[in-house]
Amino acid sequence: MSDATETLEYRVAIREAIAAEMERDETVVFFGEDVAVAGGVFAVTPGLYERFGERVIDTPISELAMSAGAFGAAVTGLRPIFEIMFADFLLLAMDSLVNQAAKYWYVSNEQGSCPLVVRAAMGAGGNFGAMHSQSPIPWLQGVPGLKVVAPATAGDAKALLRAAIRDDNPVAFLEHKRLYSVKDPVGAGDPEVLPLGKAAVVREGTDVTLVSISKGVRDCLRAADELAERGVGAEVVDVRSLRPLDTETILASVAKTNRMVVVEEGPLIGGWGANLLGIIAAEGLHDLDDAWTIACPETPIPYSPTLEDPFMPDEGKIVHAVASRLGVAAEIATGA
Amino acid sequence: MAEKTESKAPGAEIDAEGARDLYRRMRLIRTFEDTVQQQFQKGNVHGTTHLYSGQEASGVGVCSMLREGDKVAGTYRGHGHSIALGVDPQKLMDEMFGRATGACGGRAGSMNVVDLEQGLIGCFGIVGGSIGAATGAALAAKLRGTGNVAVAFFGDGTSNQAYFHESLNWAQVERLPVVFVCENNLYMEFTPIENVTAGAIGSRPMAMGIHTRQVDGNDVFAVREAAGEAIEHARSGAGPAFLETMTYRFVGHSRSDPGKYRKPGELDEWKKRDPLILGRKALEERYGIEPERLDEIDADVAKELQEIVERGLAAPFPDPADGGKEFKA
Repeated sequence: MSDATETLEYRVAIREAIAAEMERDETVVFFGEDVAVAGGVFAVTPGLYERFGERVIDTPISELAMSAGAFGAAVTGLRPIFEIMFADFLLLAMDSLVNQAAKYWYVSNEQGSCPLVVRAAMGAGGNFGAMHSQSPIPWLQGVPGLKVVAPATAGDAKALLRAAIRDDNPVAFLEHKRLYSVKDPVGAGDPEVLPLGKAAVVREGTDVTLVSISKGVRDCLRAADELAERGVGAEVVDVRSLRPLDTETILASVAKTNRMVVVEEGPLIGGWGANLLGIIAAEGLHDLDDAWTIACPETPIPYSPTLEDPFMPDEGKIVHAVASRLGVAAEIATGA
Repeated sequence: MAEKTESKAPGAEIDAEGARDLYRRMRLIRTFEDTVQQQFQKGNVHGTTHLYSGQEASGVGVCSMLREGDKVAGTYRGHGHSIALGVDPQKLMDEMFGRATGACGGRAGSMNVVDLEQGLIGCFGIVGGSIGAATGAALAAKLRGTGNVAVAFFGDGTSNQAYFHESLNWAQVERLPVVFVCENNLYMEFTPIENVTAGAIGSRPMAMGIHTRQVDGNDVFAVREAAGEAIEHARSGAGPAFLETMTYRFVGHSRSDPGKYRKPGELDEWKKRDPLILGRKALEERYGIEPERLDEIDADVAKELQEIVERGLAAPFPDPADGGKEFKA
């Protein structure tokens, strides 16, 4: 990255990406519940309606019609972006997204593709309860033809969303609720778009590879700082995209560190972390001394702060798990 | 019930040659479906099929009123929608046979055909999919200012799907140029539609203020006139139109259905109102076309299908080595 010249708020990064692409391409349209006049419940999209008029549309509470409308518009010349307010509501939109949009390119024998983007706010940590806090990644990742992207920083959010809007395939673009207000440095020379399906090594280390996505990457980076103080060099890989999945970057990292930890906000069983471990083990077992996943308990997400806080993976859990599994816990305990 | 107003759609009048074409296309669909059935029994068509036999006037009447650039979304009972719109029956049969020369190279099969060149954005294997897709195509037509409309075909059973209620509402709120064509064949799969549906289907779009009309779905000329009016309404920018075509399927819901749920005598009664019989009658009476000329059309179509099958069965299967690409690059 080039020199940081300013800081950018995550929600503003998303707004700027939509605006830039709408400016650049008049076939880009944006719709969702309360997104136009009101500017969105997470205040991500104020001003877009005023600027782009009828290309920014307030919809009824009809997630399926939205998803199917985006599909129909995408296969007939538009590039729709639509917002699913909470990612949990994606389940209402799934038939069109999974059975129509994701399959179109292949099943039509490559007659046409479906260039749509579905944005959704995901994740726990806001005391929203079990139906407004989930990660939809395990529901989405197993659908061939659907790209799944979740940026960890404001700069990535902007460049990845711009790439998603330009992409000819359907893309699920997932924004962690806890990230909307974070600010990250961006440089004037940062790339306009980042390739979808390319992971990034965001911190180098030699002892263990921490792999995560979205908010989890930031937890890993903080954990890596702490681990460094305890003599453990943690490399952090931001997978950025779960389909396509850049296993090459992870295999290269594991070849260096010989240990891999996946940090996932979601259940272990059926999660992307366990799946990734399986893929890496199948291809790189010779490089692995140890590998495991830090995930959530196998229950719905609880509401009360005293239940929700310990439910989520965080830097404390990552530090503790890595330190104890690497055998540095005793040294920490004795202050060595 | 839906209103039954008399109206004259611009362009619905048709000359003898055009009328003959309508009849020929209906015959083509019927013979195509009969052939699919036979070829299924021979093991050349795989999976399952849902035949359009008996409903031909609905698809042919509606599609005959469309113009260049209009879009159509069909259903899993979509062979008729496809042929009505102009999809090459050879490509369609090759798709049934799972051949590389099929409309979708053998990747789609009976229920999911796409032919973008003809404006067929898709046939949708899951009930209701066509409604949402056509609504989206209408959104694109409106925002792009193309002057085109989108048509969704669907069955009576679809009126109880979320797609139906959500999309009709959104289309009306946004005044989208979409025509919803509900082909009411009286049965939701094996169940009489009235057993599972509260109130009249047409009362639902009417409650939303959508221009709604019911028409004899076995009379291709009546469908054409009503469709013309509905399409004109949508194209004018006045918002969506809803057309309920009352019809009946002569075969089971799918290939495994013997149709035991039918009321006694019902099938025979409807067969007297076979769209092909009504079509022949109209051609003879209104256009003075001799029955022998119509027999010639029937024979022509039968021969065409024979040749289609011969060519289709000789066509290559897709190469398993070409797995295709997940994403467009």
